[in-house]
Amino acid sequence: MDKEHPKHLALHLIQLPLPGFVSILHRVSGLLLFLALPLLLLMLQYSLRSIETYTQLMAILAHPLAKLLLLGLLWAFLHHFCAGLRYLAIDLHYVRDLAQARNSSKAVLAASLLLTVLLGAKLW
Amino acid sequence: MVNRVVTGAHYGLRDWLIQRITAALMAVYSAALAAYLLLQPHLDYDVWTGLFSGQPMRTFTLLFLLSVFYHAWIGIRDIVMDYVNPAGVRLAIHVLVILVSLLYAIWAVQILWGM
Repeated sequence: MDKEHPKHLALHLIQLPLPGFVSILHRVSGLLLFLALPLLLLMLQYSLRSIETYTQLMAILAHPLAKLLLLGLLWAFLHHFCAGLRYLAIDLHYVRDLAQARNSSKAVLAASLLLTVLLGAKLW
Repeated sequence: MVNRVVTGAHYGLRDWLIQRITAALMAVYSAALAAYLLLQPHLDYDVWTGLFSGQPMRTFTLLFLLSVFYHAWIGIRDIVMDYVNPAGVRLAIHVLVILVSLLYAIWAVQILWGM
């Protein structure tokens, strides 16, 4: 290996192409969902254990900050979901050229944001 | 073609496949659950616990959660391999993720069968 020319990638200067942007968001959303797992499991436990813990959980989730957190996680889930479907489509060779790669990336960003707004509005 | 000697642990294809199988399973489960909940006129404690009272629903929910943990382990490992270089830190994160995932799996059983 040639070690004389180290590459210094200026990450803040690199402009990602749209599919790259969707890809990095897929990683970020996945990481966020993993970090939120204990919270989500705790919520499942409180919602199922008894009517008292269920009522307690609903009271906590009624707080605006809790709603904001849930809305963020809802977006993370929906983006990961839509971007994941896109990757499955790519694996099945449904996305063949650059134009399709860009269009499907736009569709993923738009669909996950739209679904977040729609489901968010439905829940509150 | 270069006569390349393939090295490594040979887990790449298996994990690639498992990541996609678990993804498909999670997608079907979450879409079905979302559809069921959105179609409920009154979603309250009784409807919610009623949904999780049967063995099939508990089994599929556990299968979904185990898929989440396995899928997440592969994803986190890929992220760590890309961005975390010191071997010690990498190993520490891997061990931590495996341990919490196992604990989450035990916790999931307790939640679903202890309600």
